[in-house]
Amino acid sequence: MSAAADMHETPEVAPTRASGRWVNAFRTPGGIVGLTLMALVAVLAIVGATGIGPDPSAQDVRESLQGPNGSHWFGTDQFGRDIFARVCSGLANSMRIALVSVTAAALGGVLLGILAGYFQGVVDRVVGVITNVLFAFPSLLLALALAATLRRSWLTVAIAIAVVYLPIFARVARGPVLTLRNAEYVLAATAIGRSRLSTLFAHVLPNILGILVVQVTLSLSWAILTEAALSFLGFGTPPPAASLGGMVYAAQTLTSVAPWMLYAPGAALILAVVGLNLLGDGLRAALDPRGGGR
Amino acid sequence: MEGLGLLSAATGLSHRVGALGRHPAARRVGEAVLTLIGVSLFTFVLLRVVPGDQITAAYGTAAGDLSPEQLEVLESYYGLDEPLVSQYFGWLGGVLTGNLGISATSHLSVLSMTAQALPITVELAVLAIGIGLLLGVPGGMLAASRPGRARDQISQLTSLVALSVPSFLLAAAVSSWLVDTVGWYPNGEGFRTLAEDPALNLQQMLLPSLVLGISIAPPILQTTRAAILSVRSEDYIRTARAKGVPDRRLQVRHILRNALIPVVTMSGLQFGFLLGGALVAEQIFAIPGIGRQVLLGLEQKEYAVVQSTVLVIAAMFVLVNLVTDLLYRLVDPRIRAS
Repeated sequence: MSAAADMHETPEVAPTRASGRWVNAFRTPGGIVGLTLMALVAVLAIVGATGIGPDPSAQDVRESLQGPNGSHWFGTDQFGRDIFARVCSGLANSMRIALVSVTAAALGGVLLGILAGYFQGVVDRVVGVITNVLFAFPSLLLALALAATLRRSWLTVAIAIAVVYLPIFARVARGPVLTLRNAEYVLAATAIGRSRLSTLFAHVLPNILGILVVQVTLSLSWAILTEAALSFLGFGTPPPAASLGGMVYAAQTLTSVAPWMLYAPGAALILAVVGLNLLGDGLRAALDPRGGGR
Repeated sequence: MEGLGLLSAATGLSHRVGALGRHPAARRVGEAVLTLIGVSLFTFVLLRVVPGDQITAAYGTAAGDLSPEQLEVLESYYGLDEPLVSQYFGWLGGVLTGNLGISATSHLSVLSMTAQALPITVELAVLAIGIGLLLGVPGGMLAASRPGRARDQISQLTSLVALSVPSFLLAAAVSSWLVDTVGWYPNGEGFRTLAEDPALNLQQMLLPSLVLGISIAPPILQTTRAAILSVRSEDYIRTARAKGVPDRRLQVRHILRNALIPVVTMSGLQFGFLLGGALVAEQIFAIPGIGRQVLLGLEQKEYAVVQSTVLVIAAMFVLVNLVTDLLYRLVDPRIRAS
């Protein structure tokens, strides 16, 4: 939800080379909490993805709407499905969509941004228009319009989210490249006969990795929120597959009899997003030479 | 393909216009116009990609029973047999003259539907920005008053959590709590506009604007905090302090007033987010605004309604950003000069 709020806020990280400073992110209290939360989320998602735990789609009407107990840790829903299993499977679904969409957005966006910043001219103007146009739509609305247009599956949801976040990466990559393209070592590399393309990837790309890592971490949390919102509105991951947003939607009308249906998926969503945000903040603080403005 | 050709033609055109108007404000207006052209192209292309065309939309499953001759007549009626470029310009011409299409379900024109829904969403957005500022600005001032200390960390942590709680979750939790425990839920009754019943309208707007306000408060808080910290280290603040300006006056007139400039811009940018967030808040709290219009259109497969509404929202977003940007130049002479 807050994704759009942050879209215009590019992380304030100066160009940094990948180095040992990354580890510093995990020495701050926030970074440690973030890492712990993400480890927990990852374990639950792996349980959900591999199917080690109980079956998320097994229905048993006799067991429906049970509160948390020994055999159903988080209770059951109106069809008697185990909520713990569905939360694990929902987290796996969220992580899968977030990873696929952010990877695609990062690869495409960074490529566009680097090309625009390095070659400038017409390339830059065309990329500028594309990013401006995509930024002109509120992010959730754009994701919704795309997801509703395409045939419904988890992959099309991921594609819709990727399109929404592509311009952010393009913009994040373009800025530093503009300043780096005239840096002396880049000019030197060109002078000793390296081709422009090889200079780009050998000398320019490593220097914007720091910013990109921060951006990827934060984008993962926005992607999770966007997928959840789409599923909540009925245009995300199609049922019967478990999705956290869809579970919150289903719980909404049953809170008076089965409040636990809302607690577990809600808590899982918040944990995953808080974890990623803390991790992103930690990385930003560690990778920014100015100390992240703190 | 044709789209790409048009895009590069438009880019070339803007370049020439840009060369004419060296003035930054003029260039900004040109950029906005170009973006609007791109937005209309994108929306148009999206309409073509949608499974099923206007014929399917109008006739539903009955479209499958149409004979080839009937299909041909209908295609020429809807202009589907014309080349894409002329279809685009026909559609754009319609949009520009206020013909946004007609809803097949309600038989209302999309223009009149939008005219009804838009003020409601704008009211919601204004209230939400008000709440966001009310929460975010004092929070940011509090955080900036002792950077790095307990109150700073607490407000940063609160804003991180507020940023991480999806607004649909907050809305679902709050509304079900109100219904189940408190037994007060103004949104259960039919919606009343501000003109019809101001008291009930404000009650109905309270929850959605609170939910949206909470989700935009964190960026406002962060912007306020960063702006105060950066203004405070300016030379003119040191000069004012040395001159013996009383602390309260220094805080309000010298620091806060200058720090609020980026906060105002940030609030303008939030407007677009609110138009998107309104999708969720309006759906949950049954507010018949523009977000609900998009969702209903999607549910009823009324793609003409969806496309026009999406276009209206994006155009508004571009215009609000443009106005914010121009106002910003007007308010802050430093930007005008550069």
